[in-house]
Order: sequence, then structure tokens, then C-alpha cells
Amino acid sequence: MSKSSQDPPKWMNRILEFYCKPHLLEDLQGDLHEYYAQNLSKGRFKANLIFLLDVMKFFRPYTVKQPKIFVRMTFFNLFGTYFKTSLRNLKRHKLFSTINVVSLAISMSVGILMITYLSGLLGYDHFHDKKDRIYRILTHYQSVTSDSPTDLASTSVYIGQKLQEEYQGIEELVILRRGLDEDLTIGDKTISAYGFYASESFFEIFSFRLKDGASATALENPYSLVLTENTAEKLFQDKNPVGEILVLDDKNYTVTGVMENIPEASHMQFEFLASFSTAVQEERAKESTYFFEWNNVWMNHVYVLLPEGQSSDALQNQLDRIAATENAGRERYTITMELENILAINPGRDLSNQISSVVSWDVIYQLLALTIIVLLSACFNYTNLSIARSLRRSKEVGVRKVVGASRNQVFLQFIFEAVIIALIALFVAFGLFLIIKPEFINLIMEGPSTLMQFQWLHLIYFLAFAIFIGVIAGFLPSLFLSKLKAISIFKDASQVKFLKGMSLRRALIIFQFSLSMAFIMGATIAYRQFNYALNFDLGFTTENILNVDLKGNDSELLINELRKIPEVTKISRSALIPSAGSVYSEEVKYKDPLDSAVVYINHVDSAYLGVHNFKLLAGTTFPYDLKKDEDTKFVIIDERLRERFAFESPQSAIGESLRINRRSGDFKVEIVGVIDSYQYTTIQSIPEPTLLFQGKQKSTYYLNLAIRTENIGELMDKLEAAWSKVDPIHPFEATFFDESIASAYGEYKVMFRIFTFLAFLAVSIASMGLLGMAVFTTETRMKEISVRKVMGASESNLVYLLSRSFMFMLLTAALIAVPATYALFEQVILDDYVNRISIGFLEIVPGTLGIILLGLLTISWQTRKAARTNPAEMLRND
Amino acid sequence: MKGSHLGEFEEIVLLTIASLMDEAYSVNIVEEIGQSTGRQTKLGVVHAVLNRLEDKGMINSELGEPTKERGGRRKRFFHISHAGKVALLQSKEQRDSLWKAIPDVVFEGLK
Repeated sequence: MSKSSQDPPKWMNRILEFYCKPHLLEDLQGDLHEYYAQNLSKGRFKANLIFLLDVMKFFRPYTVKQPKIFVRMTFFNLFGTYFKTSLRNLKRHKLFSTINVVSLAISMSVGILMITYLSGLLGYDHFHDKKDRIYRILTHYQSVTSDSPTDLASTSVYIGQKLQEEYQGIEELVILRRGLDEDLTIGDKTISAYGFYASESFFEIFSFRLKDGASATALENPYSLVLTENTAEKLFQDKNPVGEILVLDDKNYTVTGVMENIPEASHMQFEFLASFSTAVQEERAKESTYFFEWNNVWMNHVYVLLPEGQSSDALQNQLDRIAATENAGRERYTITMELENILAINPGRDLSNQISSVVSWDVIYQLLALTIIVLLSACFNYTNLSIARSLRRSKEVGVRKVVGASRNQVFLQFIFEAVIIALIALFVAFGLFLIIKPEFINLIMEGPSTLMQFQWLHLIYFLAFAIFIGVIAGFLPSLFLSKLKAISIFKDASQVKFLKGMSLRRALIIFQFSLSMAFIMGATIAYRQFNYALNFDLGFTTENILNVDLKGNDSELLINELRKIPEVTKISRSALIPSAGSVYSEEVKYKDPLDSAVVYINHVDSAYLGVHNFKLLAGTTFPYDLKKDEDTKFVIIDERLRERFAFESPQSAIGESLRINRRSGDFKVEIVGVIDSYQYTTIQSIPEPTLLFQGKQKSTYYLNLAIRTENIGELMDKLEAAWSKVDPIHPFEATFFDESIASAYGEYKVMFRIFTFLAFLAVSIASMGLLGMAVFTTETRMKEISVRKVMGASESNLVYLLSRSFMFMLLTAALIAVPATYALFEQVILDDYVNRISIGFLEIVPGTLGIILLGLLTISWQTRKAARTNPAEMLRND
Repeated sequence: MKGSHLGEFEEIVLLTIASLMDEAYSVNIVEEIGQSTGRQTKLGVVHAVLNRLEDKGMINSELGEPTKERGGRRKRFFHISHAGKVALLQSKEQRDSLWKAIPDVVFEGLK
């Protein structure tokens, strides 16, 4: 054997040292060295190689030491004991645990609702493959007459065409035009559908896929249509529609493609597309060129696809340059443009003329703020109760510290406990979430939605959320407990300042109750405003009037059919339903050609006044109804319009002429009647003068049926039968006047429901927190109470003694909540409304009083129990 | 544990340890097996078997004095334990009884 002192390379040794179990290492390493020394005779390189191979070969299950994490098992073992003590604690203090779990669960259910909602919303438009490069052009329209610009999601056809023709820095560009709300007809089959005009590159930019047809050419030629799968199925069932001819607005269109249905997570929703060249061709045939002009920014949407790796700055500069040239020389308005990435659309900014409805960030922030308030409120509860109870846990902390627990470990233990409670709460919260989800969908979205369907990914979010909440809720108590010094705990427990946080805890409870009171007042105010709006005197009758949507049918035919039904007493026709939210206005002049008034318009027939019981001050209703192509001759004005044009009396206005300001020139009408002013708009807005036009067949869209019946269902069947004789295609649609009004004030209802829900959450969380505090206080003062009782204190004395500080807190909460809520509603929320309730006794007192009573009840449950205990039982053991 | 059953190679290693008396450490064992049975074994194989035998309680081990050729590292010496001896004897008895049961005719001509 050569006694060479040469050793194998160190790094090879290190590999062995890295993995090998310590008790095997020395011997094994020695063996290998021995072999190495033998092998050196075969040459150093070969010896090294063999050594390395051996080192590798000994990497076996029995030689490999456990990874570091397992070495740190003590840490996990501790978690085991934390888990055990946490569970024991939960079990021992059932009431506190229940309070904590339930209040956390209630608020967390709202939290996970928001998580689901947001994760649905934030996933919008992510299915577009080129999403990072797709931008749309927004428009800011600043008119000289207004202070701030109107921000639009739409833009002009002009800019789209200009960029397409002159600008090289974009890959693709598509122009869309909204507002194709049309009937599609094939043979005897008609459906109504909503669609857009879209130019050729639509399918190049967006990842909507064509199932049939060529995507490059489908939208090229005028009068081409692309249907979504659903629309195609409605019209053609299983037949392949490509190449078929459809009739739309009396013109023939060829179906050139069928596309997959629009995903719900798309910010644009439509049922079919027509080629944009159709709109271009039709507009070219007209005399007006307004369609192609710079300032026609209302109905069109331009989306561009930027080349890969290019920022939007160059295009933005180009847009600014174009805007600068175009705006020069225009005095009445300035138009500027901005680029917005497709992912920023929904949820997005608050813009007018969205292509389809979009949730704005403002709404999300409001919802988030409310959620966070509710969540914090529940976390406060936990913090409050845990700190209050820390007296009981201090001995445990002391023992742990004596045995050697570090401050970090104690801190971790209590955080861990909070997280466990939060996880249990998550379980309960998920159940609650399933209950409130449908309510929420009803409230926020139109129609059923798949966006909020549960996904497994959500589970991860929920767990992370629960852990987060646990950490937040457990932070303060853990900090407090971990700071305790073992020596001071055992030496004299009374020296530890457990009550240090008392004022903080009082403040938290006061905050919770202020919040509850504010929400209850909010709910009351919203509810009373809603009722006020419904019962507002409109100046005409709405009771027992059924409005039937004509859907383009011949009103004469329908009236003839409906007359046959005895329950229908009177029938009239109108263009719109007043007081229910829709408005239409025109400019009207009397003698002075420079003095024009903006007047709200409705087109009605001669029976209209009678059906609705309008109060006629002078003159008559229209002498006759118009035949099909006659022009309107007469109008009926209301008191406000009479005052506006300063007719001396209603009588003096009869027979006078008014001129209606139209694009095609002034249009003369004669006043035949004057009615008392009535509520044309919803009650929030300032009343303006109104005018009733003698309605034409083409200008009336509703039938107003005055009905008298005991059995609505039966009448509806009869009406439907009559309807289908005239129009077998469209479904019969009728709404009671009162219902239309109620839905116009739907916002109050939504407000009421949101406030009620929040109030419920806040109240339950706050009263549970209060209950916990009351239990704690009475428990810690049991000895004092017993002694007092022995000394002769009466039960009511004791109840008063114990409840005094809580009553003080409740009253403080009321003192904060009432003025704050009053100011909020008076100055901010209801301030814009013209007709509104004034906030008074009835809106403020019942809710506040209710909360105070509830609080007192909660406290007295505990205090009475304490006051009734037999003092002997308490004192005997001391 | 599989109990007292010995695998074929385990038995050889155990016998080698027994025969080497106080000189039984891994490198020696490998060499001894090579010389007495003519089988070229690898350290890795023997090492694993030693480890297994120790787990089974058939052998004990102790660390000796450091030597220079091992880079100053100590050798691990193995001794056969009582259980090991019992297992070897059992194994031998089994074989012997089997041998006895074989009539001489079977090996006629080979002996």
C-alpha cells in the first residue's frame, strides 16, 4: 500500500458529508479513503473518479440524513401542542368561542362573497389571446357650455378611418357601431336580437372564434351577418345557416359566419354582427355626412391591435396630433382621445356610452369599503374579547416562558390560535355565503350569472383570506400576551396591567354600535324615501292601468281586439310612460323666435287624458285621432308651460300656436287644451314644462288599458290571447303603471336592502361583542358582587352598577351616530333630490332606540344572572 | 424486521465477521469474502448488508483507533452478537438436516 498523504478532492468529501448520516459518516469516509489510497496506484485521475463514483453510489436510503425541515421537527411539535391547547381553550370557553366564530363567520361570509365577485370581475376579457396589445380609443368631449368634459367609451368613425388610412404603427383596427336592436326574420320566423356593426378585422383582433365561415372575409361585404351560436340555433335549429338570407329592417342580409357564443367574461355582449361596410354604404347614400364627421363620437367604438413589443405612446401622440389639427377652428367643442387597454375596461372607469354595461371601480371601492368595515368590526370583537380574557391565559404564558418558550413562540402560539378560529369561522362563513350569494346576484347583476360560480381556485383564496383575518384579529392580543414577563405573572398577577387597553376596547365597542345605528338609520331613511316616492301625488291616476308594449304592431288592430274584453274599460295610446324614468324633450317657441323652452314631450291620443284622469283646466282633449300619415296639428300644454310663455289664463292659451324647433325647420301646432301640471319625470329631478302631442300611429309605443277586474290572472290570459291574434311572434308584455313607477325608484329599494343587510351584520357583530364584554366583566367582578350582596345591595342596585358603563358606551355611540348619519344623508345622499323626505324623529329615533334596547337586553341578561347568584356559593371556597 | 431469517449473502458476511474475530471492519470483510469465496464484492454492497445486520441485531459495532491511511478516521469494527450466533447455528442445522435427508444415490459419481 502506498502511504501517500494525498487525499481525494475536498469537494467530493463534502458531497458525502452533505448527505450522509453523521453516525455513519466517519467510518464510511474512512473506508473510501482506504480504497482511494489503494487506487492511487492506478493513477490519480482514476482514483478520483472511483472515489466520486463511490460517493455517488452510497447515496442510499439508509445513509441519507433527513432534510433540515425534519430536523426542525421541534418547531412542528410545538405547533402540535399549540393546536391542542387551542382546541382545549375553544372547548373550555364555549361561549367566547361561539361569539368569536359566529361574528367572524358573519363578516367573513361577506368577505368571501367579495372575493368571488372580484375574481369573477377581474377575469374579464382575459380570454383574448392578444389582450396585452388590444386598446380602445376613448373620447373626452368638452363643450364650451359645460364645466367638465364628458368622458365617453365611444369615439368617431372619422378617427378609425383616418388611422386605418394614414397611420402605419398599428397592426389591426376595428370599428364597431352600437345600437342594432333589430328583428331578424327568415321565412315566417322572427326573433329580436341585439348586435353591432363591425368591420373586417374583428376576428383578427378579438379571440371570438368562428365556427363556420371564413374569419378574414365574413364581415367584408355589405349586408353580411355573423350570428352567435345561440342566435343561429334560434333561427335555424340544426341547419347550417351559412349562405342563408335573413331579413333585417326590410333588407336582405347574407349569413357569412357563425361564431361561438360570447363568454360572459367579455365586456362586449351581442347576439349578432353586421358588416360595418353596410352602415358605410347606407350612410353614403344619404345627403348628410354627419356619420363620417369628427364630432360624431357617440355610437362608434374603435379598437386597435398594436404590433408586438410596441408601447401605446406612439399611437397616443398620433391621436393628440390629429385632435390638435381637427380642433383648430372649432369653437363650440374640443375633442381629445385616449387609449385604454382592453383589460382595463371591466371593471373600469365611469364612462358614458359603454358598448355593454360595465362595473366601475367606484362601485367596487364602495363595496370593498363596506366589506372592510364589517370585517374590521368582527376582528375588533376578537381582539377585544381576547385581551379581556388574557388574565386567564397569563398563567399559561408564564409556565411556557419559564420552561423556555421565547417571546416569538408565545406570539406565534396565539396567532396560531386566532388562525384556527378563523378557519373554523371560514367553514361557517362558507355556508352563509351560499345563502347570501343568490340575494347578492339579484341585487347587483341582471339575470343569472355564471361569473360567481365556485371554482377550486377560490378555495385557496378563501384559505389565504381566513389566515389573513386570523393574523389581523390575533395580532394585538398575541403581542400583549407575548410581552408578559413570567416573573411578574407569578409574583403578583394583580400588578400586570390587564386593564391597560380598557379605553381602547371601549372605543371599539362605541365604534361598532355607532356603525350599527348608522346602518339602521340608513335603512329606515331609504325605505321611507322609497315609500314617499311611491305615494307621491303625480297629478294623474296610475291605479289599475296596464301599459302594453306595442312592439311595432298596428295599434288600431290591437285596440279592436282588446275592446272585445269586457274588463278593459278604456284604452289610450302614448309614446312613453311618464314618472317611470324615461324622458323625451324638444325645443318649443311661442312668438319670440329667440326665446325657446326645453319641454318634455309625450305623444298621446285623444283618450289619454280620460284614462289617466288628468285635470283639464281649459279647452278639450284632441278633437280626433290621427290617421296613419296625417301630421300632428294639436297639442295640450300644462300649467308650467302656460306660465313659461306667460299666457294670462289657461283659457287664453287655447287656440294659440306654438312652434316646435326641429332640424328640418320649425313646425307649427295649435293648443287645444291646458292641463294642470303633473309629474313627468321621476321625483328626484326638477319639474319642467310638459307638452302632449297629438300622437300618430308611428309615434305611440304603448297602449294604456284602464281595467276593472277581480281576477288578474284570467284577464291576463284573455289579453294574451287577443295579443297573439295580432302578433303571434313577439311575446305579450304588459306592466302595471304602479309597478313601472316602483321599478323607476328601484335604487331606493337596492339602497334599503344593502343597508338592511349591513345593519343586520353590524348589529349582530356588535351585540355579540357586547355580550362577550358583559360576560367578562361580570365574571371578573363576581366576588365584588357577592360581597356587595352580603352587605345588603339589592338586585337592581347591582344590575345598575354592572350596566352603568355599558349604558354610557351605548349612549355615546348614539351621540356619534345620529348627527353623523343625519349630516351624511341631509348633505350628501339626499341632497340632489328635489322631492324627498325630511329626516326627522321617525327616521332617527326608532332605529337608535332599538339598538340601545338590544344592547341593554344583552347586558342585562348577564348582569341579572350575576346579581341573582347566591353569594354563599361564590365566597364559600375562599 | 424480518426476524432471524438470514439471506444468503447476509450469511456469508456474518460468517466472515465471525471468522475475522477482532479484525472485522468493512474493507477487511470485503477482502476476506473475496479470498475465501472467490466472489468479487463491492464495498457498497457489504456496507449495506452490515448496516442491515446491525439493524437486525445480529452484529454490534464499535469504533477503533484512527489510522493514517484512512485520513485519520476511525475504523468501525464489527462483532457477531448472540442473536447472530443463534441465527448462524439455526441456519447450519437446517442445512445439515436437509443434507442428511438426501440419499447418497443422488450425488453418486460427484463425490
